[in-house]
Amino acid sequence: MADARSEMLTGWSRTAPSAATVVSVSSDTEVDDLLAHAGERGIIARGLGRSYGDAAQNAGGTVLDGLSLADVIDVDVARDTVRVAAGISFDTLMRFVVPLGFFVPVTPGTRLVTVGGALAADVHGKNHHVDGSLANHVEAFTLHTPKGVVTVTPDSDPELFWGTAGAMGLTGVVTEVVLRLLPVETSLLRTRNERCHDLDTVMARMLDDDADYRYSVAWIDCLASGTSLGRSILSRGDHAQRDELPPKHRAKPLHFDPQARIGAPPWAPNGLLNRASIAIFNELWYRVSPRLHGGGFETISSFFHPLDGVREWNRLYGSRGFLQYQYVVPDDAHAAVRRSVEMLSHARAASFLAVLKRFGAQNPGPLSFPAPGWTLALDIPATVPGLAQLLDDLDELVADVGGRVYLAKDSRLRPELLPVMYPDLPRFAELRARVDPAGVLQSDLRRRLGLP
Amino acid sequence: MQDSLGSVQSVLVLGAGSDIAHATLRALVKRRARTIVLAAREPASLVPLAEELRALGADKVETIAFDARDTEHHAALIDDVFGRVGDIDLALLAFGVLGDQAQAERDPDAAVDIARVNYLGSVSVGVPLAQKMRAQGHGAIVAMSSVAGERARRSNFVYGSSKAGMDAFFQGLGDSLVGSGVKVMIVRPGFVHTKMTEGMDPAPLSTTADAVAVAIVHGLERGSETVWVPPTLRYVMSALRHVPRPIFRKLPI
Repeated sequence: MADARSEMLTGWSRTAPSAATVVSVSSDTEVDDLLAHAGERGIIARGLGRSYGDAAQNAGGTVLDGLSLADVIDVDVARDTVRVAAGISFDTLMRFVVPLGFFVPVTPGTRLVTVGGALAADVHGKNHHVDGSLANHVEAFTLHTPKGVVTVTPDSDPELFWGTAGAMGLTGVVTEVVLRLLPVETSLLRTRNERCHDLDTVMARMLDDDADYRYSVAWIDCLASGTSLGRSILSRGDHAQRDELPPKHRAKPLHFDPQARIGAPPWAPNGLLNRASIAIFNELWYRVSPRLHGGGFETISSFFHPLDGVREWNRLYGSRGFLQYQYVVPDDAHAAVRRSVEMLSHARAASFLAVLKRFGAQNPGPLSFPAPGWTLALDIPATVPGLAQLLDDLDELVADVGGRVYLAKDSRLRPELLPVMYPDLPRFAELRARVDPAGVLQSDLRRRLGLP
Repeated sequence: MQDSLGSVQSVLVLGAGSDIAHATLRALVKRRARTIVLAAREPASLVPLAEELRALGADKVETIAFDARDTEHHAALIDDVFGRVGDIDLALLAFGVLGDQAQAERDPDAAVDIARVNYLGSVSVGVPLAQKMRAQGHGAIVAMSSVAGERARRSNFVYGSSKAGMDAFFQGLGDSLVGSGVKVMIVRPGFVHTKMTEGMDPAPLSTTADAVAVAIVHGLERGSETVWVPPTLRYVMSALRHVPRPIFRKLPI
């Protein structure tokens, strides 16, 4: 029998802990066994615990630790695809495929997520405006539901395929994924950074020529106000081709071996990341960044995963943790983006790296987060006074213009707003009734938001 | 579920008739609380409160009969509430009697009654509540204690000793629940202007039910274990605790 232990779990933001029985599984049979014998408080799969909120917690129930479901990486070089076990991290996957001349089709801001978790969150990257989210590049996955094991493709069962993308594990346990890879000539990015002195400028720049770059993201200083409101660094890039590389990189164009340079101490004092320290960081970042990388080459880790360089950076927020908040609003909701940045600036709610991006086309997933328009992501220390009200107000603003928040990051949405933000929820309810009629798949996220 | 900023969705209040319970419920419903179970000796008296909470946005409000003295039925009552309502994110224990000190000093039954409600009643609901919440893997128990329990005074030592007992019980219960996902928060207000203290001379640093409610909500947000209302009482009581008895009993408090 698999090893079971009682543990207190939180998401990556270290808020709202709950206790569950964590069971490590090392075979598909054990997954099926757990699904068949789940207690009344049900079961949810967990990987590396990088969901910010409570999606991989199950108070009083079972949490399936899927990290040991991680022994297959099988690249099909002819078809540019990889068959990968769901418990494998993007880090491991990239260390395997990058030297072979491939990149993952979509990567979130950290490599330390599992492939299964990334599919459950339908993660997006800086290339959503051209490439869509992860599920758009999945050929098939193996899903263990309480009603049996299925291999799902977009054609075999479209409802289940798209319904699993973004459903935060509530359709079953993914054990294997077949992913289309992106062939690359080098492991470097040719990047271009520019300073934008206010929000209108950066938004106009993104509308003008984001389409010319595969990757695009703007970092916003949410503490700037007045005429500098929304001042930003706009950073764009593409995979460098081999003949563009500076001579010193040409010998090993596909070199990839990122290291975490420093680790956050477990005793980081509360209040270390406060308004003053974040303001200083934001100021320095704004001043220094474009000069450092006005144009040139960056590694995969510095361009996509800068925070992976600091192990357990979430500890820097102290014992009360922090909140991640990400919304998307439609293209025509310029005013709502501006209003949200004004609200943050007015509340002096210090966010360490607020990130603005543009999303492209939406996929059919009823719970998939990305939709065409503007997306803003924030992380804010949980100690900011009046934060609950500020974020509630932001939710209202977002819902009013037809936007939504990201369930992989949510930890506090008012449940009444869920059906407003995700109007396809009834489709998801039908799917749930089909694949899990007894409600075996459970999580704190599901209980908190009243997800079907 | 309690969210990342300490807001709760379902609440059970034992002693829902109290002013502090009213004020706290209003504050909780304004945040996220939607399922509310109100328990008091006379549930009929809770109807206006239930209506007010519905008007504020609660969608499921129940009233049930609960008598703190009736200890042998407490386990079944808690069982029934969790069985019907599902998860309870927050249980607020707001019942208690002040009693009449002079009478309690003459009449053993009157003294025992204060102890029965304030101490025995708390123990007999505290144990099954902790058990239920441990099983659900999350939850918060908020126990209304009092500064009177910090050091019993000559002028109301029967009440004070009963609060001292319940306070110590919940401290221990909180420690026993570490690692279970369940938190116990002890609230120690000073003199609160409420129905219970109507007509009495307010002590220094007196406060209101609304201030207690704000302190409770703030404490839940911070994950506090002990909340003093007003907060300065923490330091006042810390000093008073060490005052020698011959002097303490002569202090005008």
